[in-house]
Amino acid sequence: MELSRRDALAVLAGGGILGAAGATALSRESLPDGTDGGHDDEARAASPAELVDALVATAHVVYPSEVSNVDEFVETYATGRIENRPEYREGALAALTDLNAHATLSYDGRYVDLDRDLRATLLDEVGVKTAEPNPDGTTAERVRYYLVNEPLYALYASPTGGTLVGIENPQGHPGGTESYQRGPQS
Amino acid sequence: MTADSSAPVGDVDRRPSERVDVCIVGAGPAGALVAHRLAADGYDVVVLEAGPRFEFESRQRRMERAIRPAHDDRSVWEMGGDRDAYSASGERFYPLNRARVKGVGGTTLHWQGMVMRLHESDFERRTRDGVGADWPIDYADLRPFYADAEAELGVAGASDNPFGPPREQPHPLPAFEPSYSDSLFAEACEEVGVAMHSVPNARNSEAYDGRSACVGYGTCKPVCASGAKYSADHHVRKAEEQGARVVDRVPVQRLETDDSGDRVTAAVYATPDGTEHRQAARQFVLAAGGVEIPRLLLLSRSPDHPDGLANSSGLVGRYFMDHCFAGMGGTLDRETRQNHVGFLTSESHQFYDNDFEDVGPIKLEFLNYAGPSPVEMALGGDAWGDEMLATLRGAYGNNIAMGGLVGQLPRKENRVTLDTERTDDHGNPVPDVQWSLDARTKRTLRTANDIQRSILDELGVDIGWSVGPENTGPAFHHMGTTRMGTDPGTSVVNPRLRTHDVANLSVASSSVFVTSGAMNPTLTIAALALKAADHVADDL
Repeated sequence: MELSRRDALAVLAGGGILGAAGATALSRESLPDGTDGGHDDEARAASPAELVDALVATAHVVYPSEVSNVDEFVETYATGRIENRPEYREGALAALTDLNAHATLSYDGRYVDLDRDLRATLLDEVGVKTAEPNPDGTTAERVRYYLVNEPLYALYASPTGGTLVGIENPQGHPGGTESYQRGPQS
Repeated sequence: MTADSSAPVGDVDRRPSERVDVCIVGAGPAGALVAHRLAADGYDVVVLEAGPRFEFESRQRRMERAIRPAHDDRSVWEMGGDRDAYSASGERFYPLNRARVKGVGGTTLHWQGMVMRLHESDFERRTRDGVGADWPIDYADLRPFYADAEAELGVAGASDNPFGPPREQPHPLPAFEPSYSDSLFAEACEEVGVAMHSVPNARNSEAYDGRSACVGYGTCKPVCASGAKYSADHHVRKAEEQGARVVDRVPVQRLETDDSGDRVTAAVYATPDGTEHRQAARQFVLAAGGVEIPRLLLLSRSPDHPDGLANSSGLVGRYFMDHCFAGMGGTLDRETRQNHVGFLTSESHQFYDNDFEDVGPIKLEFLNYAGPSPVEMALGGDAWGDEMLATLRGAYGNNIAMGGLVGQLPRKENRVTLDTERTDDHGNPVPDVQWSLDARTKRTLRTANDIQRSILDELGVDIGWSVGPENTGPAFHHMGTTRMGTDPGTSVVNPRLRTHDVANLSVASSSVFVTSGAMNPTLTIAALALKAADHVADDL
């Protein structure tokens, strides 16, 4: 099932994230500069552009293999979130910075530079898979909240992601009042 | 998201107004409707609200907060902390802060939005069944106010309920169409002889009164991101357009009376910086719900009113009632199409006025949100990728369930009182909710479960869970704590909703309910508020 930029925009709109500038303003070039991560060591601190890459990289770990066009979908969604939700941006950058520290220690590279299997292994080792999402918690809990649940929310709150499970109007999506009346599609 | 997403404390002028006709305590549905009605009539109205003013633009964030598992549901509307401290020392724990919202709009911000009229029998429980008490007014008295309330709230409904009380006109909006799962239930209900009908919803099936039609976000409770579900901040805005003044973050600490003790002279309230002010007015209306109203009256004790204001009967806080949930569900061998919307489209009042032996009214519901929501489940899962998808597909798709409400009888021992051992952020004793269940309520829950089981069995449901007398919980409808009556010795307010003891003090709330029925109470609250507004206007 192919995800689209339109799907991502639908999730952003459902969350009230698309502002007056709308979809046209969403691009990597429009991302804020700097790190905002509150980290003392700027060389180690993650940047907004790296954060978009990290969310795409995470999506490739946590999304099912049935979906395609993951990069465009997650980039669009992530850019909207990072641009328009400063509190998200700051928390996510701090979480990524901390995850990078683990990646460097264990695999001598930043998170986005690891291949997919190694990223999955790292997330397991840090304890992200079983961590409770918590924006103010441990590294594992914050990575779960900011870096894993973010692309998961985008997928499963979108009509295309919901349809994978059998619900074309998932919670959080303003899909109207027709679908609940319809029976299963044959 | 923290408290900073509600409107800022800012430079709002929270000093008292001068020459006020009516001071209303509470900006929930009752307070908002009274304020709007009286302001529209030209009176000078001030509303004092303990909680904040929530920006409408924050609703989508609140919705996401409700969906994402990291956040406590109380945080969606910023409940909790010292401001909202309480005790629950009764036989059963009462989760008060999950049951209310403090702020402009009140608990309608997180309510489900079902709006049924009480049945005629609810006003005559003692006469008909020999239990509880009769109201001093009957359905006919309230009937025009019900119609008025339906128009104010914008109720979507159909005149297809053969068990409901008589109506004089259609609902203002057409009912929502039945769901697919309703059609599954319909076959089974026909077999077992249960009649289904539509649910009246305070939710726009089409645009109404400046609010949009429902767009299907599916998160009605605890937050409607579109505003299609009615919430009382709508009438607060309308009241303000008519000249009413609504002040947020100013919890009323106590009411003061004059030398005679017969009239309230001022509501003493605290501003966010702790400063106390006195708002004087000619008339006062309490509209702060079935817990905070008795608490405020008890906090307002004085030499003239040593047991609390308007409490010569000793019944302020007594007869606390809630509705109890009865439910049952499981899985079917077919898709059931749940969780597309967060509201109900079908119910049955067939067993409301029943002939069962010593059993109270039962309202049956056919749920449209049984089982897990895939997005919520995904965010809390511990598997990823294809494994997660397989888990979601296994869990979602064939859940089905029924719900129902059962009303408690009024019992003196169920009460809201003050816990003098514990204080809130202003040093006031917190409310103590003492709650227990009686045998009749348990018997009624058991009967509701029996009916639900017969329908689900007929449908072929593999029943996986049930909620009945042993594990029921409250539906968060606070009733009965300043009951209405004609005898000052056995009630707190009279049929004009004015306290027996204090001449210029009225109550607009479910706290005046004499019996609970088994209907969600807000339409009756709204009808009583409009009735109270008329009486207050007459007295001005």
